[in-house]
Amino acid sequence: MKVGVRVMPKKDVLDSQGRAVEKTLKHHGKQLLGCRVGKFIELEIDAKDKEEALRKAQEITEFVLYNPLIESYELELQE
Amino acid sequence: MKPVGVIRFLGTNCDRDIWQALQDCGLKPKWVWFQDQFHWKDYAAFILPGGFSYGDYLRCGALASKAPVMKSLTEAACHGVPVLGICNGFQILCEAGLLPGVLVQNQGLRFIDSWEPIRCVSSNPYWGGVPQEVIQLPIAHGEGRYYLDEGEVKKLFDEEQVWWTYEENPNGSLEDIAGVMNELKNVAGLMPHPERAVFPWMGDESGRSFFQSLLKMIL
Repeated sequence: MKVGVRVMPKKDVLDSQGRAVEKTLKHHGKQLLGCRVGKFIELEIDAKDKEEALRKAQEITEFVLYNPLIESYELELQE
Repeated sequence: MKPVGVIRFLGTNCDRDIWQALQDCGLKPKWVWFQDQFHWKDYAAFILPGGFSYGDYLRCGALASKAPVMKSLTEAACHGVPVLGICNGFQILCEAGLLPGVLVQNQGLRFIDSWEPIRCVSSNPYWGGVPQEVIQLPIAHGEGRYYLDEGEVKKLFDEEQVWWTYEENPNGSLEDIAGVMNELKNVAGLMPHPERAVFPWMGDESGRSFFQSLLKMIL
């Protein structure tokens, strides 16, 4: 089973990458209200059901994939 | 004299500079490989040099903080053995939870390579620093902006865990922080490179005091 891990910078932490991308887009006249850059990690997990896959993915994510001081994460099951 | 363990990860690149600085200051360096385990009683101290461990993948220092050697290093830290992390070494110690906070991308988005005046806020019992003294050390980093929750930062100052601050904040670090210590004060980390300022031809010798201070403590 595949589980996607979406890691995003927390709102109160300056997102340097997002700011740079937003600036460039606006410079080219693109209409947008904001832009944030995070990362997406795809885990392939051996599990008998969705619950087990998500539980294992959560353990892995909290082990090293995100840093709670500056990031938040969301898991999504990939069909 | 017990040796000072110099920990090498894949991508560490300031290891030989540390070796030279330690030797020249009368200390006995010894390589420690990132896959090794050791007994903390066999070492006087440890240094995690700068570099780009694991190519800075995921987050700077994140993957190195899970390397096998970190288990022994954490035991050493818990037993009061002095540990110093410089640049990438500082990032690794933060990711490992041995130091508070985290280092994120510089505010200006650029890698900065320059000499910076830094001020000692609180002295470290092993690696030195005299409160209020200002010294010059080189920095060379893209991710050196120190970050921590605001309430926690105040606590760091109150508990005398802030070691060095920048006089002219180059990277957007919270409260100009350049280096911090743990509660016990035996684990310390800083972004500037003392090992790049140990001979006159390097431009400054103020980095020597870090290693000379350790020598005094372990003799």
